[in-house]
Amino acid sequence: MGWTFREDLPIYSQLVDEMTRAIVSGAYAPGERLPTVRDLALDAGVNPNTVQRALSELERSALVYTQRTAGRFVTEDRAVIAQAREQMAANKINEFLHEMDGLGFTREQIGALLAAQPKKDN
Amino acid sequence: MEYILECKALTKRYESNLALDAVDLRLAPGRIIGLLGPNGSGKTTLIKLANGLLTPTAGEILIDGQKPCAQTKAIVSYLPERNALPEWMRVKQVIDFYADFYADFRRDAANAMVAQLGLEPTQRIKTMSKGTKEKLQLILVMSRKAKLYLLDEPIGGVDPAARDYILRTILSNYSEDATVLISTHLIADVEQVLDEVIFLRNGRIELHESVDAIRDERGKSVDALFREVFRVDGRSND
Repeated sequence: MGWTFREDLPIYSQLVDEMTRAIVSGAYAPGERLPTVRDLALDAGVNPNTVQRALSELERSALVYTQRTAGRFVTEDRAVIAQAREQMAANKINEFLHEMDGLGFTREQIGALLAAQPKKDN
Repeated sequence: MEYILECKALTKRYESNLALDAVDLRLAPGRIIGLLGPNGSGKTTLIKLANGLLTPTAGEILIDGQKPCAQTKAIVSYLPERNALPEWMRVKQVIDFYADFYADFRRDAANAMVAQLGLEPTQRIKTMSKGTKEKLQLILVMSRKAKLYLLDEPIGGVDPAARDYILRTILSNYSEDATVLISTHLIADVEQVLDEVIFLRNGRIELHESVDAIRDERGKSVDALFREVFRVDGRSND
């Protein structure tokens, strides 16, 4: 049952990351209705209160909204989704640069290594 | 704030052995709580006191504001550590038995889960494997719409499929305003379904905190923290 979680971070924040990734990647489409708290909890194998907390966080960042009787939906505002996507990219790049700094690479060397990567077309 | 379970200086002594030592504890409704500790730390004693199967030596324990009695038993669903189903009964008979005893028993839910497990209504308990008996007992316990579930070591073995079945059955059946207390020493297996944890050691509460707070503030899992806290244990018990 469930998703795999890291040991050193709260589970709700990992759920926020996972769901943000699902939204920015289009796995959950703009305007799509989200599963219920209980279904998400069963799917992830976690406590429903934890899911609730993650969804509240996503509402605060406007990626998700609640319609009183109908449930929770992904925002239709593509600008909000694009912004979350860029934020996620910025975080990934920071992590990567931090690692590379630790290995003693200069920005120039990193740039050269990236440029030497084979092209991926999609 | 109303507490579903409250202990005030709760003490239980078996002759010279102090099983619970002036425990103060308050559990809020709507939570899934892990009662964690090595063998002999007092987990089962606490659960039996909550059920009225033992009486305190000193202090008190309150369920929904009352001392354990017939009214509290009507709102507490208890999974004992050992199988307590009468071996001679058939599946249908234990379901009738539970439905007779408990007004909050959801027969439809029990029937659906029994069928899903592939059990025939006419099958006798004594013909079932140990694992199947454990699952059947959990089904019966979770088919009640109780306010407090007390599950004493629901995860016996190490079979990951059985563990998933058990956690899923708990998560999909408890009502959201109910509290579930799960005693276990297998923390890694249940950690992600817990809101909060209680560490018991030698009859005392070592820690009572939310799982998120532990991970947030200490940057480690409950399992890692537990192993750290109880690393030197075992030596003090003999």
